Amino acid sequence: MKPPKFDYHAPASLEEALALLQRYGGDAKVLAGGQSLMPLLNFRLSRPAALVDLNRIPSLAYVREHDGQLRLGAMTRQRTIEFSPMVAQKLPLLREATKWVGHLPIRTRGTIGGSIAHADPSAEYPAVLTALEGEVVARGPNGERVVKAKDLFHTYLTTSLAPEEILVEVRIPAMPAGAGYALEEFARRHGDFAIVGVAALIVREGRRCRQARLATAGTGPVPVRLRAAEEILEGDGLSDSAIEAAARRASELVSPDSDIHASAEYRRHLTGVLTKRALRRAMGVARG
Amino acid sequence: MAELLTVRVTVNGVACEGRCEARKLLVDFLREDLGLTGTHVGCEHGICGACTILFNGEAARSCIMLAVQADGAELLTVEGLMRDGKLHPLQEAFREHHGLQCGFCTPGMLLTALDLLRTNPSPTEAEVREGISAVLCRCTGYHGIIKAVEAAASALKTS
Repeated sequence: MKPPKFDYHAPASLEEALALLQRYGGDAKVLAGGQSLMPLLNFRLSRPAALVDLNRIPSLAYVREHDGQLRLGAMTRQRTIEFSPMVAQKLPLLREATKWVGHLPIRTRGTIGGSIAHADPSAEYPAVLTALEGEVVARGPNGERVVKAKDLFHTYLTTSLAPEEILVEVRIPAMPAGAGYALEEFARRHGDFAIVGVAALIVREGRRCRQARLATAGTGPVPVRLRAAEEILEGDGLSDSAIEAAARRASELVSPDSDIHASAEYRRHLTGVLTKRALRRAMGVARG
Repeated sequence: MAELLTVRVTVNGVACEGRCEARKLLVDFLREDLGLTGTHVGCEHGICGACTILFNGEAARSCIMLAVQADGAELLTVEGLMRDGKLHPLQEAFREHHGLQCGFCTPGMLLTALDLLRTNPSPTEAEVREGISAVLCRCTGYHGIIKAVEAAASALKTS
């Protein structure tokens, strides 16, 4: 179908965009890459009074290193992230996750800020943000605030961002050099949203595991951090039996729903299988 | 009558201008306002890839972009692939290797493959499969398309 009518604004500055959001008092939608919002408009599932298009604000697209973090402007395209040498070096897990986001023509337009603000629980970026303990910067009429990943995702497609706020920056701690990482995902077809995905990071010290980070996509209304499974690895190391135990624990930590794509039981099973695969592959990548 | 906005784009090297509502999709602007019907409308929600064009040199879905967002952009559509009356090596390869039957997905396949070969001039078969998985074809079973893209990769390297 075709989109319903809306007022269209393409402000040249963030200040102007924020003023527009206030003016429409919650009836406007922010248009970033449009790879989720435009289909919703075409289906007429979303009928906002206005669109505030951020694509004419070039200052919202950048990748910088600051204070041990990578800081990515909200309008940084997924395609830019995929080919960024800085991301490849400092956040290889984000780069790997990016290749799972739709297809290249989708990543041409899709943005990191849009993907995270859209908060699809099956999407890869929210899982990576959760695993790596990232945060986002939100700008609103009263200034800026930083929101940690664990405080950002409320439920399906819903974040703690207010209607008059704009997600302007994503901050993710740079991964320790030599860290192992992997994103494992199962989807019906390549490029589809995950039925289940697992993002993993491990920092090795010989056979010991100094740090483990695990988070899921597709196992509930928000990404799930698998802290109790991480603790098994941090306590018992990276032996086959520890990985088995962590994977088993992972499947117990999620409470997925059944839907048309998969049953809750199957998603729980996948969580264990994919956790094991992600950890094994992360082991292969890790140095130290 | 809703407000009409002016959209100026360069399509296949030619400066074009039209006026449309803000809600008009880029693919509909190309087809209805500029008369370039080579770009096809399939699913209208970014899944099938039939509407794929090059937007400032990069493959993108024209059914989930507004025409007004393309104002100032350079676009390449299937009509712009031929040069001097000769088919583009990708088009030549699609013909040679039976990379199309009904032709509905072909414009999207061609532009997607062009972007793939520009970002990765020597793709493996697996990379070709992954690349064209961005576009759905319901006739050829993909086999001819994969062979065509591989052949085009070789042809483009020697040309």
